[in-house]
Amino acid sequence: MSGQSPSQTVGPFFHIQLTTLPQENLIQPGTQGTQIIIHGQVLDGDRQPIDDAMVEIWQADANGFYNHPHDPNQTLADPHFRGFGRAETINSETNHYTFHTIKPGVVSDEDVPFINVRVFARGMLVHANTRLYFADENNSESNVFNSIPPERQHTVVATLVKNTAVPTYRFDIHIQGDDETVFFSP
Amino acid sequence: MKPLEQYSGIDWEAHPPYFHEPYRSTAKRSPQKPLIPIKQSLSELTGPVFGEDDLRPLDNDLTRNAVVNGEPIGERIIVVGKLLDDLGTPIPHALIEVWQANACGRYFHKNDQHDAPLDPNFKGGGRLLTNDKGEYRFVTIKPGAYPWGNHHNAWRPAHIHFSVFGHNFLQRLVTQMYFPGDPLMALDPIFNGIPNENGRNRLISSYAHDITKPDWALGYRFDITVCGPRETPFETKEV
Repeated sequence: MSGQSPSQTVGPFFHIQLTTLPQENLIQPGTQGTQIIIHGQVLDGDRQPIDDAMVEIWQADANGFYNHPHDPNQTLADPHFRGFGRAETINSETNHYTFHTIKPGVVSDEDVPFINVRVFARGMLVHANTRLYFADENNSESNVFNSIPPERQHTVVATLVKNTAVPTYRFDIHIQGDDETVFFSP
Repeated sequence: MKPLEQYSGIDWEAHPPYFHEPYRSTAKRSPQKPLIPIKQSLSELTGPVFGEDDLRPLDNDLTRNAVVNGEPIGERIIVVGKLLDDLGTPIPHALIEVWQANACGRYFHKNDQHDAPLDPNFKGGGRLLTNDKGEYRFVTIKPGAYPWGNHHNAWRPAHIHFSVFGHNFLQRLVTQMYFPGDPLMALDPIFNGIPNENGRNRLISSYAHDITKPDWALGYRFDITVCGPRETPFETKEV
């Protein structure tokens, strides 16, 4: 059917360009909402942390609006929040990626807050898409969440590991294996 | 609320599978469980918006954006192309990022231990936006081939990495551009992870004499196609 350009792996040297600008902190002066930290590892089929992975997130602002022309409420979106972040796992001793962001609101065609996540790595010829749901939300109200087999639902839930002024969530991404993260095909 | 335009989504006949045995690193890094289909909602049909403010002046000239004490060594080239959706519609104002090895096949990266010289005047990174017609252009040095550890005497064909944002998160693509006539393509498990010849050919740039600048640089053309809009559901057509 279509003539889409095939995907190829991001390879081990993407840092040369993709992570030269700081993109792990989505918060700017004036960003509204509850600040949170999200971190985790990207693990391979042997449950070993991958040290050359890249994670991208795309999320709504604190009120659930995307800063994008397709969102009918874009004019209401927080002008101090783009909603895009990118992090990698090479620089931390334990190969964690980390984002500083805000907790998204509920998007108009969804039922609970979540963050869109993409993962790229050497050895992945195509990147993978998932969603990060929050352990302290009523995820069972979400149609998408409920479409996941119950025994795999935990793979898309970030756990609240530190409930301080800036709550910290942990979200590990298992590329492969028994605990393989649910990846979506939109 | 106006119904959202739906997109073709990823065409799995065009893209490589996650697991491709000859590319050894896929063995432990390939999702094995079935992907869960989800409806394309606002979250998939939006994505980050980039603009001129995101670019620095020399981002589209890799022969000048890392100069320390002279010009980078190698064959200067101009790469042009169009970013299109799979209906052939140009995608304007989209961010493309590129990175590559130097003319000797060495990346400016601490983990690249290939015994080939670094070029003090070349880092190999660039970023650019497509114009109103979906066209892009950048100047660089033709990258060299380099050995890698996948199998005995494995060499990657010369390539430039591309990271593409379309207008939504569905159009996100990371790929590689190859050069016409490179004998290493036929031996490369990453390139040959692409399941059909048409797809592989789409990643091979073509020599573009109309882009070649006399006495200065050779031109190459590389168009990129990502998924595009399809019929809007929920709309009733007039009979």
